[in-house]
Amino acid sequence: MSQTPPAPPAEEAAPTLEGPDGPLSAHAHDAVHEHPSDRQYVKIALILGVLTALEVFTYFESVHNLGDAALYVILIVLMVLKFVYVVAWFMHLKFDSVLFKRIFTAGVVLALGVYLIMLTAFRIWGV
Amino acid sequence: MSEVANPPPAVTAPAGAGHASAAHPPTNTGMSHNKVAMWLFLGSECLLFGALISVYMFAKSRLPAGEIGPLDVFDIPFTSVSSFVLLMSSLTMVLALSAITRGEERGFRVWIVATALLGGTFIAGQVYEFTVFYNLGLGYTTNIFGSAFYTLTGFHGAHVTIGIVMLMSALVANLRGRLGPRNAETVELIGLYWHFVDIVWILIFTIIYLFPQ
Repeated sequence: MSQTPPAPPAEEAAPTLEGPDGPLSAHAHDAVHEHPSDRQYVKIALILGVLTALEVFTYFESVHNLGDAALYVILIVLMVLKFVYVVAWFMHLKFDSVLFKRIFTAGVVLALGVYLIMLTAFRIWGV
Repeated sequence: MSEVANPPPAVTAPAGAGHASAAHPPTNTGMSHNKVAMWLFLGSECLLFGALISVYMFAKSRLPAGEIGPLDVFDIPFTSVSSFVLLMSSLTMVLALSAITRGEERGFRVWIVATALLGGTFIAGQVYEFTVFYNLGLGYTTNIFGSAFYTLTGFHGAHVTIGIVMLMSALVANLRGRLGPRNAETVELIGLYWHFVDIVWILIFTIIYLFPQ
């Protein structure tokens, strides 16, 4: 006795809304994800302010006793943290399509790679 | 094609619950082509500023002893305030986008003007800084450090200025009724550009001003 395989569920048609210049896509995933609330944005800005204050603190002589290598590490970590916070939260890369993340990361990595090679070729690193 | 009776605006979200991305016409990828193009543009801008920062590092390392350099001109406390101002403009920008996405046009106008004012304050600070440096003897052609420094920070300042023009254009379009919640994506794109300018300054402030000289 042959069994009929269950029919696949019919795909739901994405609702389409009319905009001033034609239909608007409501199914697009970047239109569905919720973004942070205003309160969360303010929290991120406060974190960025604190990170900037920490960066500026390294300017003072007492911190310079740590040595240049330690200062470089501290400043790079703080800089990267600020960069990531702005890109992820304010530019919504944390919530948007992964394609945008890949495009931007490709630009950053390419720029870093090309110019690290260039600076190495010119012996910028004090060796 | 199913029609939704009395559809709510696609870009409206409950107050206080954050906001959704702006709606856009249907595309094959499901993503806004304008946004893809903006991200591609920003990716290419990374290369531009990467080149300018590299040239600055190269120039600084080749500065002959005794010539006017970073230690003679930089005023870190002043530049720190400028950096903080630009950083906070990113907050007002994202609040402007949040407001227009929720349909709060008055809030949008307030935040967009605040963003432009903070950007203008940053530019005013840069003009003041350039003037002070020039009076201290650092012109564009004084030495290799001056050329690289003015080129890098000047390019960044030009980007901020273009951003201010975009913000003001968005404000005028909104006042004329041509920019509202339905096309909030335009504000989102301006916001992406503005935040990019901010992250470039995050790099410049640390690498150019704060790294041990």
